[in-house]
Amino acid sequence: MNPIPEVLRLVIYLTCLILFAALNAAYLVWVERKGAGHIQRRIGPKEVGPFGLLQPLADGIKLMTKQLFLPAGVDPVLFKVAPILLLVPAVMSFVTIPFSETLVARDINLGLLMIFAFASVNVLGVLIGGWASNNKYAVISAARAVSQNVAYEIPMLITVITMVMVTQTMNLNEIVMQQPNIFKWYVFRFTASPLMPVAFLIFFICSLAETNRAPFDLAEAESELIAGAYTEYPGMGFGVFFMGEYANIVIGCAVTTILFLGGWQCPFGLAPGWWWFLAKLYLLIWTVVWIRWTYPRVQFYALLNLSWKVLIPISLVNLLLTGAMIKVF
Amino acid sequence: MSGYFTELFTGTKSLAIGLGITIKAFFQPVVTLQYPYETLEMKPRFRGHIQLTQDEETGESKCIVCGMCQKACPTGCITVAGKKPEGSKKKALTRYILNFTTCSLCGQCVESCKPNAIEFSKDYNLASFDKNDFIFDLLKRLKEKS
Repeated sequence: MNPIPEVLRLVIYLTCLILFAALNAAYLVWVERKGAGHIQRRIGPKEVGPFGLLQPLADGIKLMTKQLFLPAGVDPVLFKVAPILLLVPAVMSFVTIPFSETLVARDINLGLLMIFAFASVNVLGVLIGGWASNNKYAVISAARAVSQNVAYEIPMLITVITMVMVTQTMNLNEIVMQQPNIFKWYVFRFTASPLMPVAFLIFFICSLAETNRAPFDLAEAESELIAGAYTEYPGMGFGVFFMGEYANIVIGCAVTTILFLGGWQCPFGLAPGWWWFLAKLYLLIWTVVWIRWTYPRVQFYALLNLSWKVLIPISLVNLLLTGAMIKVF
Repeated sequence: MSGYFTELFTGTKSLAIGLGITIKAFFQPVVTLQYPYETLEMKPRFRGHIQLTQDEETGESKCIVCGMCQKACPTGCITVAGKKPEGSKKKALTRYILNFTTCSLCGQCVESCKPNAIEFSKDYNLASFDKNDFIFDLLKRLKEKS
């Protein structure tokens, strides 16, 4: 019998996960701004608190004190639902993420499937937000977000199918258990498929595109579409969108870590523990920030070309190769 | 088909080079000047508004009130006045007003000054809501400085 009652466990996990998502959203903005600053050889935020560490708090207060204004001509229901539709699936996905062997809210057998099911919902948030805004930029942004997500969902899911063929399970914790040391991480599992590092890259690129991150941030292209689907959102409406976006980045990086980088497993038997998961996670998130401030935004047809002409064929080749390897060995 | 793979490899390589450049910049020292807290030392040839130079012996202005600067000024923004103190042969400066609102920093006054009594200052933090703040009494400034 579990020492902690089920209801209490639920409340604790829910609070912690929402807190984790919110804290990440707040401080990833700080990391982003600091990273952008130093990459451009500036300092970044420095005025509010030491090293600008209280900047997210100041931004949060600013957003919360703003009036939740409903612009004329918007669809009142959809306009309010959209930010929540982006945030909730992201927070829901945290439920199956194993932070360590035991530290997981719900160890579901179909965890991987659940995450991708919810990940497909978040594009609906951008679509509905853009549609409800009654603004041409928002509608263009919504259309872009959808076609981009459709294009990148395919190579991503093909890669996931490949991974499931190799791992033989959709339970995230079991996938992590199969990668006890660095040579058995799925990035370097050449016995499964010689194209594993390529699969990792494809998955990572797709997760960038799925979360609308630069260089694939066409949905929010601030220089062309103002703020895309978020243009009409005031105060915390925009704040929730923003939190959802960052929570999605965390989910994307967490899934990449679990599938390819051994999750909470330590690389050389060094100090095993949950911190390895966070270390790998934040390394990947830092890479996301680093990529954003390195590459310019791609053109829309270049974005679609990359998916249809490069990522999909290569991930299909990888799928066939992995299938053949499984059959032969 | 061969073009496809070469493009893929060169593309990937160039992306990696790009990442290398940004990470190098990340670890290099920052170059921004934190302006209100830090200020730059102006270069010797910087042209600020003019100011009176100080005579090292007397501590007074070197000006002989010849009025050349006033004549040389294309916009007439300089007003000089002086009078002979009793028992002295030379005129002494009593008033030197620069109307900086019309000054174009052309430097004709500095050029024309024989005794080198005026020079360019290094002031550049000049901002005000009141136009009268830019009518400088240079003699008063010189006294405040010394």
